[in-house]
Amino acid sequence: MADLRTDLAGITSPNPFWLASAPPTDKYYNVERAFKAGWGGVVWKTVGEPIVNTTSRYGAVEHNGSRMAGFTNIELISDRPIAVNLREVKQIKREWPDRALVVSLMVPCDEESWKTILADVEDTEADGIELNFGCPHGMSERGMGSAVGQVPDYVEMVAAWCKKHTRMPVIVKLTPNITDIRYPARAARKGNADAVSLINTLASVIGVDLDTMAPLPLVNGKGTHGGYCGPAVKPVALRMVGDLARDPECRGMAISGIGGISTWRDAAEFLSMGATNVQVCTAAMHRGFKIVEDMIDGLSNWMDGKGYRTLSDFQGAAVRNFVEWGDLDMNYEIIARIDQDLCIKCGLCHVTCEDTSHQSISALRIDGERRYEVIDEECVGCNLCMYVCPVDGCITMEPVDNGKPYVVWADDPRNPANRVQAAE
Amino acid sequence: MPAQPDLAAGRLSQAEYARNFGDIKPPLSPQQAPIEASRCYFCYDAPCIEACPTGIDIPSFIRKIATGNDRGAAMDILQANIFGGACARVCPVEELCEEVCVRTAQEGKPVNIGLLQRHATDRFFERGEQPFERAAPTGKRIAVVGAGPAGISCAHGLARLGHEVTVYEAQAKAGGLNEYGIAAYKVIDDFAQRELDFILAVGGITLEFNRALGADISLAGLRRDYDAVFLATGQAGVKALEVEGQALEGVRPAIDYIAELRQAGDLAALPVGRRIVVIGGGNTAIDIAVQTKRLGAEDVTICYRRGPEEMGATWHEQEVAQTSGVRIKHWVRPVRLHGANGHVGGIELEYTRLGDDGRLTGTGDTTTLPADSVFTAIGQILIADPVADGAGAPLDIRGGRIAVNDERQTSLSGVFAGGDCIDGLDLTVQAVEDGKIAARSIHSSLTR
Ligand SMILES: Cc1cc2nc3c(=O)[nH]c(=O)nc-3n(C[C@H](O)[C@H](O)[C@H](O)COP(=O)(O)OP(=O)(O)OC[C@H]3O[C@@H](n4cnc5c(N)ncnc54)[C@H](O)[C@@H]3O)c2cc1C
Ligand SMILES: Cc1cc2nc3c(=O)[nH]c(=O)nc-3n(C[C@H](O)[C@H](O)[C@H](O)COP(=O)(O)O)c2cc1C
Ligand code: SF4
Ligand code: SF4
Ligand code: SF4
Repeated sequence: MADLRTDLAGITSPNPFWLASAPPTDKYYNVERAFKAGWGGVVWKTVGEPIVNTTSRYGAVEHNGSRMAGFTNIELISDRPIAVNLREVKQIKREWPDRALVVSLMVPCDEESWKTILADVEDTEADGIELNFGCPHGMSERGMGSAVGQVPDYVEMVAAWCKKHTRMPVIVKLTPNITDIRYPARAARKGNADAVSLINTLASVIGVDLDTMAPLPLVNGKGTHGGYCGPAVKPVALRMVGDLARDPECRGMAISGIGGISTWRDAAEFLSMGATNVQVCTAAMHRGFKIVEDMIDGLSNWMDGKGYRTLSDFQGAAVRNFVEWGDLDMNYEIIARIDQDLCIKCGLCHVTCEDTSHQSISALRIDGERRYEVIDEECVGCNLCMYVCPVDGCITMEPVDNGKPYVVWADDPRNPANRVQAAE
Repeated sequence: MPAQPDLAAGRLSQAEYARNFGDIKPPLSPQQAPIEASRCYFCYDAPCIEACPTGIDIPSFIRKIATGNDRGAAMDILQANIFGGACARVCPVEELCEEVCVRTAQEGKPVNIGLLQRHATDRFFERGEQPFERAAPTGKRIAVVGAGPAGISCAHGLARLGHEVTVYEAQAKAGGLNEYGIAAYKVIDDFAQRELDFILAVGGITLEFNRALGADISLAGLRRDYDAVFLATGQAGVKALEVEGQALEGVRPAIDYIAELRQAGDLAALPVGRRIVVIGGGNTAIDIAVQTKRLGAEDVTICYRRGPEEMGATWHEQEVAQTSGVRIKHWVRPVRLHGANGHVGGIELEYTRLGDDGRLTGTGDTTTLPADSVFTAIGQILIADPVADGAGAPLDIRGGRIAVNDERQTSLSGVFAGGDCIDGLDLTVQAVEDGKIAARSIHSSLTR
């Protein structure tokens, strides 16, 4: 059986599955249940100055009968006193010494506030701290959360204060609500942060109630923007993780991957793209803590199948293949193939290619029977039909052996820049 | 053999009657409907549309259910099929739309088109809206004979186009076999009459009950008095069982008893035999067998002269019979009915097989089943006399059906026909389509 032990900037855990800082981790009771269920670690719900939460707090996107495909919240940080939180942190860490316990913090942007709280956290013997620079709603209006995370100078400054005032590893949690994730990450690096975790939630409006004409979730007839998460945000997170993993200026800083992770497969993807561990929130809020069993079991079975003994055997393995568009092979060619024995004649490949792509699939009737055929000369190999086809394996994209070499855009004769040179 | 036939009413408790004659296919819940709807792939050139005799745009109405556009879904259905509510309940979908659904090919589990159609139409009828308007009056008057699905569908189409329609119906109630023939658990409560009320509310349709063609009115008279005539008399006759003892009491056409059952206010008051034998292999045979079983008969046996593949009843109907506890006996044919005191008491059957020439022959071996009632379900026939034109050229009848062209035009000018009285599928949905086509044909012949 594969060894799932993980070490993120010196914080060890028996497996890479942590619960992200959120309601699942906001008190002793939940965290104990989580550890019993098998979670490798938790990032405690962000603690800081007292706040009050509204009702309601959540909203969700249902897609084709699938609940919580996307999830949003307008919740703030912990609504319980700092002292109560830290007392419980201390107790649970003592009872579960092998699990990772990281405390998420958010205090006003002055050195004194950070220094004070850091001393209190150290006293709990927690394994590390996570700086919540990500919360996009509510706290940001008070100059905290993403209001800090969006200004690289502040990120560096606060990270540096924390490094100065604590021996604990410092993880900076990044907001995705910026143009280029590398800037705040590089700032965290400059402030000597040990790791970054990403993504926090995306600023969003989950929907509009067409009867009351107000955005959701409703708080007495009004709505505010919330933080979006769940399966729908995974692609955004994966890209940002990859961007940091391949950024030379971020090299050496560990990454904790967060965003839409629901299964071991999602986790394996994040690890391949350079994360050292993963954090989960929505999936646990959707089905409870037991999902971790399959996450552990599934990852380990998959690793055994691939011959990976430890996580580092494949961690970051996809990063070198994550390149810029300009590094792609312009001569690579694939075309669609339809397996006529599997085809159920839904016609979707035809109509979507006809209406929205390259008119490369003909709709025929042969002796009255429907038949859909790829017009090889027209197919541009875009993959659309393969994705719309409801039958697994029915449409495949087959490489064409055109004998041409790997050529990137810069060297491609079709590049106008090259044509101009040729004319000279 | 007991001298007295065992016929009795009230064999079951009220709760059992309620269970046995409740909805055989309960509707989808408001939560289930959009989930089932999302199983539809929204096919291009969808095979299901082609398989629906009325050509309902199935992917379109199902998508509208999925998006919460319930009214739009119902209108897609009702524009193509004014009996969309009845059809959703009675269509043998396993050999129509759902048979060819691409999900049948993919996973043997079609999109539940019938139940989704019911969901959309039920929702719409709950709103009580009358969505159809009539075109400006044309001053044309059309006679329709028969108030079954074919006649009413045609009348509705014509009324919408601005014509005035009079429907002559031999019975005291409209609906045809929807009201008198379809199995009770397929169309529960008074749905058939509520649907008719909705259809007739468009206006411009006058119903004349207890007026039979051939007795009270004649085709020649209708042709004289109206601009066009639509014949939709169905198949009012039944084939007779030509064996010894057929005149014994307790030997009846299945459809007579079914009509009685459909009209019975209280099922507990309806007498039913203890041991029942049904002769036939079509859906009517299944319907009488299942319904008598559900009324509390102890042994119900369908006797069919060939094997399961040759049965007219769909595989789904055969399954319903078997799960209802009906026995289907294949490869037997009736040779004699036994009785005492003028009442049937048993039936003698001869085993059959296919001869070397591929034709059915008797083996000479026989068996006898006791029976308190014997029902015949060996087919209905057109009674041609009423439609024979008294004046001049007779109507062209072929193979026991009124001959028509694609436009549902008969051999007589101005006379159209559709439904079970012409050659076709003998299904409600086909009758509706015939009426729809005939309305269009009549309209274009009158406005040319
Ligand atoms: C027992 C049984 C079960 C069935 N089950 C199903 C089913 O589950 N699903 C399905 O799709 N189909 C079923 N069918 C078939 C379906 O009912 C018919 O195909 C359909 O009703 C035909 O419609 P129609 O309007 O042509 O004829 P009908 O429904 O027969 O209507 C004809 C009307 O004309 C009237 N009429 C007859 N003669 C005269 C006259 N001389 N003058 C005036 N009026 C006259 C009759 O009283 C009747 O009202 C079933 C049929 C039977 C017998
Ligand atoms: C209800 C709710 C409350 C959250 N509260 C916090 C918080 O206090 N601190 C924080 O750093 N992130 C918070 N988050 C963000 C999550 O930790 C996580 O970054 C985000 O939900 C993405 O992961 P997911 O897609 O697995 O949910 C919250 C998320 C949710 C849904
Ligand atoms: S999408 Fe797939 S199943 Fe549908 S017609 Fe095309 S190849 Fe066949
Ligand atoms: S009318 Fe009948 S055949 Fe047509 S779609 Fe509806 S259920 Fe299917
Ligand atoms: S064939 Fe099935 S999946 Fe395709 S449109 Fe019709 S109901 Fe939908």
